[in-house]
Amino acid sequence: MKTLLIGEYREGKMLDSTYELLGFAQQFGGESTLLLVGSETQLPAYAGTLYLADAASCGEYNPDLHKKLILETVQKEDPDYIVFVHSSYGWDLAPRVAATLKAAQVSEIIAIADGGFEVACCNAKMRRTVKPLTAKAVLTIQAGAFPVLQPGGAPAVVKISAEGNGRLAFVGYEPTEKKDIDLAKAEVIVSAGRGVGKKDNIPVIQALATALGGELGASRPVVDAEWVSHDHQVGTTGQTVSPKLYVACGISGAIQHLAGMKKSDFILAINKDKDAPIGEIADVLVVADVMQFVPALMAKVAR
Amino acid sequence: MKLLVCIKQVPDMESRFKPDASGIWYNEADLAFRMNEYDEYAVEQAVQLREKLGEGSELTVLSIGPDRVVEAIKKALAMGCDNAVHVQDTAASAKDPWQIASIIAGYAKDKSFDVIFTGMQSQDRGSAQVGVTVAELLGVACTTTIVGFAYDNGVITAKRELEGGIKGAVTLNTPALVTCQLGLNVPRYPTLPNIMKAKKKEITAIPAADLTTSESLAATTSFHPPAKKGGGIVLEGDVGELVDKVIAILKDKTAVLR
Ligand SMILES: Cc1cc2nc3c(=O)[nH]c(=O)nc-3n(C[C@H](O)[C@H](O)[C@H](O)COP(=O)(O)OP(=O)(O)OC[C@H]3O[C@@H](n4cnc5c(N)ncnc54)[C@H](O)[C@@H]3O)c2cc1C
Ligand SMILES: Nc1ncnc2c1ncn2[C@@H]1O[C@H](COP(=O)(O)O)[C@@H](O)[C@H]1O
Repeated sequence: MKTLLIGEYREGKMLDSTYELLGFAQQFGGESTLLLVGSETQLPAYAGTLYLADAASCGEYNPDLHKKLILETVQKEDPDYIVFVHSSYGWDLAPRVAATLKAAQVSEIIAIADGGFEVACCNAKMRRTVKPLTAKAVLTIQAGAFPVLQPGGAPAVVKISAEGNGRLAFVGYEPTEKKDIDLAKAEVIVSAGRGVGKKDNIPVIQALATALGGELGASRPVVDAEWVSHDHQVGTTGQTVSPKLYVACGISGAIQHLAGMKKSDFILAINKDKDAPIGEIADVLVVADVMQFVPALMAKVAR
Repeated sequence: MKLLVCIKQVPDMESRFKPDASGIWYNEADLAFRMNEYDEYAVEQAVQLREKLGEGSELTVLSIGPDRVVEAIKKALAMGCDNAVHVQDTAASAKDPWQIASIIAGYAKDKSFDVIFTGMQSQDRGSAQVGVTVAELLGVACTTTIVGFAYDNGVITAKRELEGGIKGAVTLNTPALVTCQLGLNVPRYPTLPNIMKAKKKEITAIPAADLTTSESLAATTSFHPPAKKGGGIVLEGDVGELVDKVIAILKDKTAVLR
């Protein structure tokens, strides 16, 4: 088995998730090679072969050119699996490579399973085992699902390049909006999810946060619906937090939310659905209507 | 201009999922179905563009699946799509993303759509593959996970959402396909008059067999609940008692309650 791992670069830096690809490859076994569109000034700590294109000329986001570089390397290396991280870079590029090779793609792998790969489905409530039926397959791995492996050493660099403009023009990055609150410093976070029902209920969740001496957090739909501002959002596209106590009110526990709060010391979840995936990481799951439970808890805490 | 939006009908994610007889997908009995959440943003963006372009432009909504998906199609029509295509396929859930994409591309290939909208992923399967694969099969430009969209004179300016709240702006020329992320816009609720108007809009039914030619590239071999990690306590019962139990646990296990 041979794997070609496609690492990631952003704003001039190699992303640490590249080492998760190495972690995956080690679990998987066999030989592996790395490909990066990056820069010689930032090489991964890894002693294998590195196909390296220059991001200054090929762009950090230029799917047409990156696809070309990957396909050329696939020709040279003849890998069985081409592996990406399931990120804004990976889920954008992987299907392009798979479609051109007419290869199976398995998305957002969380584990290597007997005869295939384990993936989450139905908003992370269920799992599927998926098996590629083609000789070559394209895989994307869930961020955080495989261990970070930083083997050390210096790579044997093989320089590659691609010409042309591509059909997309990258205009530029837009930084994160300025935050008024730094959730990372909070010792207690009480977060509102879609299960709180409506904007009018947010003050109830806020009150519990205040009573516990903490801050109000939120899941993404609550922010998208403008019930609370974006600086309260916890998750991959919000803030990463690790308070002493995290209270998830009416939050299902999607992977993108968990990624932002799973390192909390103690997690209390209130959800009317006993099977909600938040239960997999919660220390305590209270099966109840959040708008009944929170005011009742509040009444006793405030006393 | 000709616009296409692809939607999938999925179960309500608060449902309990059980494997079906084949053991590789969920049992549909007792499930309530609705439009895939990501696709609501795709429909809204397509309708906004259609409204901006006005007369002479046309927006088609397409969905592949059994007869129940007509409900989702009707919602899209009530939101403002002009007409619809229902690709009839009782076996759609057994098809892999490659086959679904091949069907859509098979339909779209000779229609010269200027802009195609899809969701970034479906909530039940979540492969995030169908949109990009359609673009590849049609040979049109594509960008993914958009949270901002503007169109002017053959050029789309899209904002992609990256990790950690950073965004990346890109421009692409039509014909193009974009995959839509949560928060792109505020999907409208169909109004009663628009629901009535939608009843008169045309839904063309096409049997999937007329469009499918490809074999599946990947197979699902099992559908099952996650292995329980254990450790956590599940508390059920009377709210008053639950509160007392939770306070006792918080006092015991955390330093935040005294
Ligand atoms: C690229 C990408 C990035 C993302 N980034 C983020 C991110 O940073 N942060 C984030 O949070 N999400 C993010 N998401 C969205 C994520 O996938 C989920 O859609 C989101 O986390 C769901 O939020 P929720 O749990 O509040 O809502 P839902 O998934 O709708 O869950 C609501 C929950 O409330 C429960 N409930 C309903 N009513 C009640 C009641 N009365 N009492 C008690 N419980 C009730 C339900 O059982 C359910 O479990 C991202 C998605 C993508 C694709
Ligand atoms: N059966 C279907 N009918 C129409 N469009 C679909 C179907 N399945 C997926 N799509 C589209 O493809 C997107 C991505 O789906 P997926 O690759 O399954 O995550 C969805 O958001 C829809 O826009």
